[in-house]
Amino acid sequence: MTRLGVFICHCGKNIARTVNIEALREKAATLPHVVLAKDYLYLCSKPGQTMIADDIREHRLDKVLIAACSPRLHGKTFAQTAQRAGLNPYLLDMANIREHCSWVHIDGAEGTEKAFSIIKGGLGRLLYAEPLEPFQSPVTKRVLVIGGGVAGIQATLDIANSGYEVYLVEKSPSLGGHMAQLGETFPTLDCSSCILTPKMVEVSQNEHVHLLSYSEVTRIEGNIGQFQVTVRLRPRYVDETLCTGCGDCVPTCPVVVSNEFDQGLGARKAVYLPFPQAVPAVYTIDWDACLNTDKLIICENCYKDCEAKAINFLMEPQEKMVEVGAVVLATGYELMPVARIGEYGGDEYEDVIDGLQFERMLSASGPTGGVVRRPSDGRIPQNVVFVQCAGSRDPEHGIPYCSKVCCMYTAKHALLYKHAVPDGQVYVFYIDIRAAGKGHEEFVQKVMSEERILYLRGKVSKIFKSGAKLVVWGADTLSGRQVEIEADLVVLAMAVIPSSGSQKLARTLHIASDLSGFFSEAHPKLRPLESNTDGIFLAGAAQFAKDITDTVSQATGAAGKALSLLANDFIKLEPTISEVEEGICRGCGLCVSICPFGAVKMLPSTRTGAMVAGINPILCKGCGLCTAGCLSGAVTLKGSSFKQIFAQLEEMV
Amino acid sequence: MKIILGNSHPQSLFAQRIEALSRQKLFACYQCGKCSSGCPMAESMDLLPNRVIREAQLNNGPVIMSCRAVWFCSSCFACAVRCPKGIDIARIMEAVRTLQMLDGKPITEQPFCEDTGTLPQIALISHFRKFNM
Ligand SMILES: Cc1cc2nc3c(=O)[nH]c(=O)nc-3n(C[C@H](O)[C@H](O)[C@H](O)COP(=O)(O)OP(=O)(O)OC[C@H]3O[C@@H](n4cnc5c(N)ncnc54)[C@H](O)[C@@H]3O)c2cc1C
Ligand code: SF4
Ligand code: SF4
Ligand code: SF4
Repeated sequence: MTRLGVFICHCGKNIARTVNIEALREKAATLPHVVLAKDYLYLCSKPGQTMIADDIREHRLDKVLIAACSPRLHGKTFAQTAQRAGLNPYLLDMANIREHCSWVHIDGAEGTEKAFSIIKGGLGRLLYAEPLEPFQSPVTKRVLVIGGGVAGIQATLDIANSGYEVYLVEKSPSLGGHMAQLGETFPTLDCSSCILTPKMVEVSQNEHVHLLSYSEVTRIEGNIGQFQVTVRLRPRYVDETLCTGCGDCVPTCPVVVSNEFDQGLGARKAVYLPFPQAVPAVYTIDWDACLNTDKLIICENCYKDCEAKAINFLMEPQEKMVEVGAVVLATGYELMPVARIGEYGGDEYEDVIDGLQFERMLSASGPTGGVVRRPSDGRIPQNVVFVQCAGSRDPEHGIPYCSKVCCMYTAKHALLYKHAVPDGQVYVFYIDIRAAGKGHEEFVQKVMSEERILYLRGKVSKIFKSGAKLVVWGADTLSGRQVEIEADLVVLAMAVIPSSGSQKLARTLHIASDLSGFFSEAHPKLRPLESNTDGIFLAGAAQFAKDITDTVSQATGAAGKALSLLANDFIKLEPTISEVEEGICRGCGLCVSICPFGAVKMLPSTRTGAMVAGINPILCKGCGLCTAGCLSGAVTLKGSSFKQIFAQLEEMV
Repeated sequence: MKIILGNSHPQSLFAQRIEALSRQKLFACYQCGKCSSGCPMAESMDLLPNRVIREAQLNNGPVIMSCRAVWFCSSCFACAVRCPKGIDIARIMEAVRTLQMLDGKPITEQPFCEDTGTLPQIALISHFRKFNM
């Protein structure tokens, strides 16, 4: 005879407010096989857990139901309690009478009745529960970092310097990300590339790092501790091992295109190095711009000029397979295109630019050599208007959030512009100033007072052209008046959005992203560095808009998470996965196509030799799709078998 | 004039009436001022559109009931199209006009007419057309 124990939690008043615990306990005590029914104020507390463990031993309970909150919250807590009392943790189950019951009911009688049927269902399910043992899986002691901005660079160095191998996959030809484009950084005005390039060089020189630039992750399989990753290396048509970085190929290249590193403000050739400190210091041919095609070679100028014979027009894309135990995702951000705000005329007027373009203008290595010149006629602008919250905090037009860095960089821009053009005028339109970081508020206040900058509290409604000038219509809500400014240059602090392709990547990696497209963390408060897939960690602006300080902190944190995983030779995996009963499987293969994780394969049966489905326990995530899909009912999800689920339903309805 | 808020104050009575008449969420407004920046009639207004909303949020009856700005609003909807919070400010302007008229004064005796001696024609005509009054 099974000896069942039921423990009912008050959760303070959370459950007890709508559920009559006393009545519930009395009724539960009368259910078949129940030998003990108890209630307690907080079962998750230390005394609560001790009570459960003691009762398991004393009453020789062989299955236990905890009627309390969601197992997502305390499933682990109580599983450990069972284990301590010598009970297989899979013989303890939870009945959620809080989220599923007390929180959604007002009426006490209704709530109590529902709680009872949830408990009955839970007991029904528990009757068919079987003991399960977690299984061990080896940990591959290597890490994949996706994205080579400052987040990816920091995570890579932290891991590599601990002695583990890292594969760093960067989409563009060079490491650096957006930080490489910045001039000086708030709030300290450190020169951005001066502090970044040493780290880039360190990455290229670290023997534990395999840098795969101009590459993308196209496929990932496996599970925490064992991921099989496919990386696609785009052909750069320059042999990385031969190129000396001399740049002799550039002068005679006849093709001139706009330079993405300069945000379209400058030009480059079809064969190019994105910026002088690029890592790897290897040239790349932009095949879309190059006169040659896969079928036809028209121009050979660079080929002829390259002494090292590094140019190879016949290069093809390559695929590389790597095996890693953990992944750090650091694909960063982009700015919302100015063209998306029609009333600001960004796509029509050359002199309406975004913050990154202004960074390039301020940068000594930028297209204007650090002199602020407006794009339309190259003149030094005398009146510059900055528009904050351009696109951000505008739920009507798709971006409800605050982009977090623009208040700060706009103050920095105002300051640097004043240093460059001391007699110029700066106006900043803002709604609120958000400068909550260390030294941030002080920085903004200093810029305002010492540079005597007029901050206007109001959102700009329209920007249009009048002759060579731009007319900005704004308001100053503090004085209650409209404001009109004739400007030479307008800088829009455009919303920070996830980098393009991050949605696709989220699907490739089977991880979730939020409504705005940033990767979701496993728990917003308590697990901010982890994605909802075990073994995949998040760093930098890919998780949400943030400045360099926060990016680096998060990257180091994510690296630490990966390292603590790598510190284990084996990890325990949940045994709640699917299993095929060979004798019932008719070999139709439907489950192979259903499984989103590629865990099912058709294999010859060891007994009969006929083709039957086999599930790879490392790949199976226990989602249960194949179980539901199999027409023969040959697949069982352990811990949620058909018997268990039907018993639960039967008891509940 | 100090604004007195608290329990003894008839909580948000005005705000409620304006919300009911305009069917707009008054408290969604975060006072960015974008409506005011682009309003073609703002120069003639005694309160900018964002201020009309602010006074309504503050439940400031006397100011709302004597505000002339609403009679200059031409219902062009420039504000409504641009508002980041999706508030149809023109409808709020209309609600205030309605409240002022319900208060008993005929249009010809509205503060606007005392000022200029004429009816705010652009405003009236477009109101008739756009709101089917
Ligand atoms: C105008 C402006 C000024 C700023 N000024 C400052 C400042 O003064 N101080 C400060 O602290 N912060 C500043 N910031 C913020 C700063 O840029 C970010 O904090 C920082 O760049 C975030 O780094 P990241 O590595 O997370 O992202 P990113 O810099 O965006 O790097 C992401 C990298 O991932 C790569 N990538 C993207 N997708 C893929 C993919 N699918 N596969 C492989 N690789 C991929 C990209 O090519 C890129 O190299 C500013 C931001 C802006 C917009
Ligand atoms: S950081 Fe400042 S400018 Fe950027 S969206 Fe937030 S409030 Fe607006
Ligand atoms: S534009 Fe909208 S949110 Fe901004 S002040 Fe006007 S009504 Fe308020
Ligand atoms: S609808 Fe009225 S308040 Fe809004 S912009 Fe037009 S005139 Fe101004």
